[in-house]
Amino acid sequence: MLSIKNLHASIDGKEILKGINLEIKVGEVHAIMGPNGSGKSTLAAVLAGRSEYDVTEGEIIYNGENLLELEAEDRAREGVFLAFQYPIEIPGVSNINFLKTAIGEIRAYKGLDPMKAKDFLMMLKEKQKLVEIDRALVSRSINEGFSGGEKKRNEIFQMAMLEPKLSILDETDSGLDIDALRIVANGVNKLKSKENATIIITHYQRLLDYIIPDFVHILHNGKIVKSGLKELALELEEKGYDFIKEEVEA
Amino acid sequence: MNEVIEEKISTEYKYGFVTDIDADNAPKGLNEDIIRFISAKKNEPKWMLVYRLEAFRHWLTMDEPDWAHVSYQKPDFQDIIYYSAPKPKKVLKSLDEVDPELLKTFQKLGISILEQERLSGVESRVAMDVIVDSVSVKTTFKETLAEKGIIFCSFGEAIQEHPELVKKYMSSVVPYTDNFYAALNSAVFTDGSFCYIPKGVRCPMELSTYFRIEAAGTGQFERTLIIADEDSYVSYLEGCTAPMRDENQLHAAVVELVAHKNAQIKYSTVQNWYPGDKEGKGGIFNFVTKRGICIEENSKISWTQVETGSAITWKYPSVILKGDNSIGEFYSVAITNNYQQADTGTKMIHIGKNTKSTIISKGISAGFSNNSYRGLVRIAKGAENARNFSQCDSLLMGDKCGAHTFPYIEIKNNTAVVEHEATTSKIGEDQLFYCKQRGIDNEKAIGLIVNGYCKDVLSQLPMEFAVEAQKLLEVSLEGSVG
Repeated sequence: MLSIKNLHASIDGKEILKGINLEIKVGEVHAIMGPNGSGKSTLAAVLAGRSEYDVTEGEIIYNGENLLELEAEDRAREGVFLAFQYPIEIPGVSNINFLKTAIGEIRAYKGLDPMKAKDFLMMLKEKQKLVEIDRALVSRSINEGFSGGEKKRNEIFQMAMLEPKLSILDETDSGLDIDALRIVANGVNKLKSKENATIIITHYQRLLDYIIPDFVHILHNGKIVKSGLKELALELEEKGYDFIKEEVEA
Repeated sequence: MNEVIEEKISTEYKYGFVTDIDADNAPKGLNEDIIRFISAKKNEPKWMLVYRLEAFRHWLTMDEPDWAHVSYQKPDFQDIIYYSAPKPKKVLKSLDEVDPELLKTFQKLGISILEQERLSGVESRVAMDVIVDSVSVKTTFKETLAEKGIIFCSFGEAIQEHPELVKKYMSSVVPYTDNFYAALNSAVFTDGSFCYIPKGVRCPMELSTYFRIEAAGTGQFERTLIIADEDSYVSYLEGCTAPMRDENQLHAAVVELVAHKNAQIKYSTVQNWYPGDKEGKGGIFNFVTKRGICIEENSKISWTQVETGSAITWKYPSVILKGDNSIGEFYSVAITNNYQQADTGTKMIHIGKNTKSTIISKGISAGFSNNSYRGLVRIAKGAENARNFSQCDSLLMGDKCGAHTFPYIEIKNNTAVVEHEATTSKIGEDQLFYCKQRGIDNEKAIGLIVNGYCKDVLSQLPMEFAVEAQKLLEVSLEGSVG
């Protein structure tokens, strides 16, 4: 589904990603862990198509297509979803209106007829239940006045509504208390299927107690320095990032 | 005084140019003869001509105001045609005779008068007066309204048919001495809409006037007068467009609203005059005086405006809160793009006790434009327990435009509570990217964000207008980012 080869990316002339290689197959959950400044969020931003980042080398093939040639909105329409680390507030625009517009655009891109209002409302209700989000939040303006936890939950709700093929969760666990963490993780688990894939970007291991990854990768200084199965996350938790640094530098 | 003037009129008249009553246009320029031409053309009674000439003479003593935060080449008032009737359309018996091009324009904007006429007898509709250049082309639903005693007609007709009402109310809110453009309008206005809602009547439909400047080199000076008698209610809509022209055209209207005891007037405008091209060439100069008076207790006047057009906008829809417990509201969205300039806001004059006013102003500047909010809240000495809440927000798009706020507050009664909030923000790259990441492209995202920003104002518009206004916001900002 996703094949990243020798990806180099920089911002303002400073190289952040220094040769990332990653293969993700449909149905898989990959966790990307790493210390602050290792390039985790940059990787998410480059995948989503933020224009501030320059890709200087390498390629990203997504479902047979060159992802880097697609505009950010077209990547989204092709099923790439980013759950933001810091979700953005848009005052006066209700979540419902936002999602209706987004779904309309995605369907138009695929040459599908607009969704019937009734079907949309049914879907809204169903997904609301699935990710356990308060109805009142759904009709409020996007993220305006939401608590940190509510914002993260809203990201997962949007993910549920847009039914992406590749979801990238950027530090979705940061700022969540244990109950919110469980709800968010439950949502992600329910949305997981054989038809989609998930990338979980996280600093801590605790989210991985709830969402069990198939693979864990450790990012350090712009490169994946170690990959393994879910046990790697536990090892990392135990020994800390210093052990990776020592291993890499040794 | 009047007699003296009247005498002067009759003596001067014979020196005037020969009035070609068949002509559809007045010659360019402005003098007393032109005013007589207009008045004669409209078959007006003498008192009307006297009023016009008084206004004109006063206008000659006035200077064009220059305090607004706008800069432009002042119009040459001698280079304007002050009367222009759309050629074959002087007397129209039915809508079939309306220029099909014009009807097409209405349809583009979603205002189909044809549709509305066909729908007679069906609930929820809009009665409409259409003013092209200077002449009222068509007023729909007049008969239906007449059954309730509502008068809705062109201003010219009102002068003929209801002179007592016109005499009583015209100039009572905006006297010709008020300002330069109001004086000019009083001298040369050619038509407009007139509306009277009798006691105890709730107007069953939206009343609407649609203005259009068609002919080149023409000025449009329309006059609107709305009177809501005791315990009545009316919602009035005003829409405007003009075709693209290289030269600047002048639009100087006067709108007067009078709300009696327990009456309510809701006045909504979607202004889409031609704003000029991307380089700032052409466009309408929109210098308008709009004012309402809550003349008796418990009355209410609400102005809602969505201003997207015009090269220059100079407009301050105001409310004089004379009656006790009366309420004034002003909801405004003003968008400027490219080289447009807008200086707009409101005045809330609190005179009566327990009067309340609300001001919500949303300015959006893009391109090289300048957008200013100018507002006055005045609490007079006797206005016990007056309340005002003002919120003025500015949204900037790009870094070449300007947003300015000029709030004036004058309080002469210490029981007053006046609140003012102001914010300035930018459409963030973050917001745009967030939308894109959900599959929404730039243009759509800007539309969404701007509509969200203006929600408090747009929600005040009647349904039919809200949809049109939302579309206009999107169109006005096309290509303004990225």
